[in-house]
Amino acid sequence: MSASRANDAIIEARGMGKRFGDNTVLADIDLRVHRSEVVCLIGPSGSGKSTLLRCLAFLERYDEGEVELEGELLGFERGRQGQRVAASNRRVRQVRRNVGMVFQQFNLWPHMTVLANVTEALKRVKRLSRTDADNRGRAMLDKVGLADKAAAYPAQLSGGQQQRVAIARALAMEPHIMLFDEPTSALDPELVGEVLQVMKQLAAEGMTMVVVTHEMGFAAQVADTVVFLDQGKVVARGSPSEVFRHAESPRLQQFLQNYLERNAFWDTLEESTTHA
Amino acid sequence: MKFDLSVLTDNLGAIADGFMVTLGTWLGGVALGLALGLLVAVLQLFGPRWLRAILRVYIEIIRSTPFLIQLFLLYYGGPALGITLDAIPAGLIGLGVYGSVYFAEIFRTGFNSIPPGQLEAAECLGLSRLQVIRRIQLPQMLVLILPALVNMVTILCKETPVLSIITVPELTLVLSGIGSQTFAFAEVLLALCLGYLALVEATSRVGQALERRAQRYLGTSPVKKTLQEDIA
Repeated sequence: MSASRANDAIIEARGMGKRFGDNTVLADIDLRVHRSEVVCLIGPSGSGKSTLLRCLAFLERYDEGEVELEGELLGFERGRQGQRVAASNRRVRQVRRNVGMVFQQFNLWPHMTVLANVTEALKRVKRLSRTDADNRGRAMLDKVGLADKAAAYPAQLSGGQQQRVAIARALAMEPHIMLFDEPTSALDPELVGEVLQVMKQLAAEGMTMVVVTHEMGFAAQVADTVVFLDQGKVVARGSPSEVFRHAESPRLQQFLQNYLERNAFWDTLEESTTHA
Repeated sequence: MKFDLSVLTDNLGAIADGFMVTLGTWLGGVALGLALGLLVAVLQLFGPRWLRAILRVYIEIIRSTPFLIQLFLLYYGGPALGITLDAIPAGLIGLGVYGSVYFAEIFRTGFNSIPPGQLEAAECLGLSRLQVIRRIQLPQMLVLILPALVNMVTILCKETPVLSIITVPELTLVLSGIGSQTFAFAEVLLALCLGYLALVEATSRVGQALERRAQRYLGTSPVKKTLQEDIA
């Protein structure tokens, strides 16, 4: 691997594997994400897509292979004989410093105001003054359309608003990479749009994003690359049109067909009324 | 025999001294117990595996032996191990160690009550483990465990008479001494009960006030302040 090739990719996973006990949840994953690329991970539940994403933030320790973020090995260090050695917590934080993570359950801190949620790491990790942190925090809230909610508590917001705060909290740290773990799966259908809108805007601004999602429409419109996982393996990958319109894998075809039947029920409805 | 309170009023100075010793060993023991308990809980959650095993044994030993025996061991057995303590420090330390294991279990429950997702979010933002404990876990869990903590504090108050056995000149020792000299046991026992009642009642009041304060932080009322500003 030459240095220049490694620099092309902002995220590079090579032969990554993950087991829970005897259960192999990820096997031989190769994933390469370039700067400003939007990658959507899709697949049935239990396919390992969330685990894959969590491995990229080292919230899960991978058992095999390597993950590099901007050319730095994540979670491990190379020993003297080139073997893998677990990295210290400090080292993990350092390699992960440019990664922002957004969770399905928002994971805001309920005892802090919205603004305090967004500025906490600015003050404690980036060591900004209270004024500077508050200014940047307010700017981030403005970006997600919630400037007026700075003084509110998370419990006083809708799910969609909470998720936008969570996005603002991650963005405040000026990450180079944003990871989204099913960001709209816990939301009422009515509230999904406002979160996707913020994500679209981020993608348009050139943010590098890896998104685990069930929103095929979002994936089709925003992703540069769609990766389909099943049973811990990458089964298909390509542009949205390659994956959605020209699916070759039978498993992917079945997955898409299933999705279509669940989401476009009115097609069948229309037919039956015309027949009647 | 007549009920005569002069037995108490004549010895008011000595009784007040005893009360102060009770108050001091109790509050000192509580402070030590809370500090040790928090340390034990944190190390049990985040410490290396061998240390967790040691702490588990520590908790089990203290929890499954009587406080009285622990005190005897510390005060009379200590010198054999090179630990020579005066009665009052021995009592305070004994009470603190005894309380620490119960406080540790309460803190552990508190730490486990915070959803792991909140900690993952903090971790991803680069907060260190200590920052996560101090900023995310402690403020939220204190609200939840406050009743259990207050309860344990009152239990420790009522364990202080045991210290009389190692000659700590606390309220029970002073008053039972007066009782033996004057045979006025009814008066003396009444004073004892009232003394501990006052302490426990005061503790409950403080606990209730703290709980009300805490609930304002985490309750549904829109008029809320951040805990963070108080702690900072």
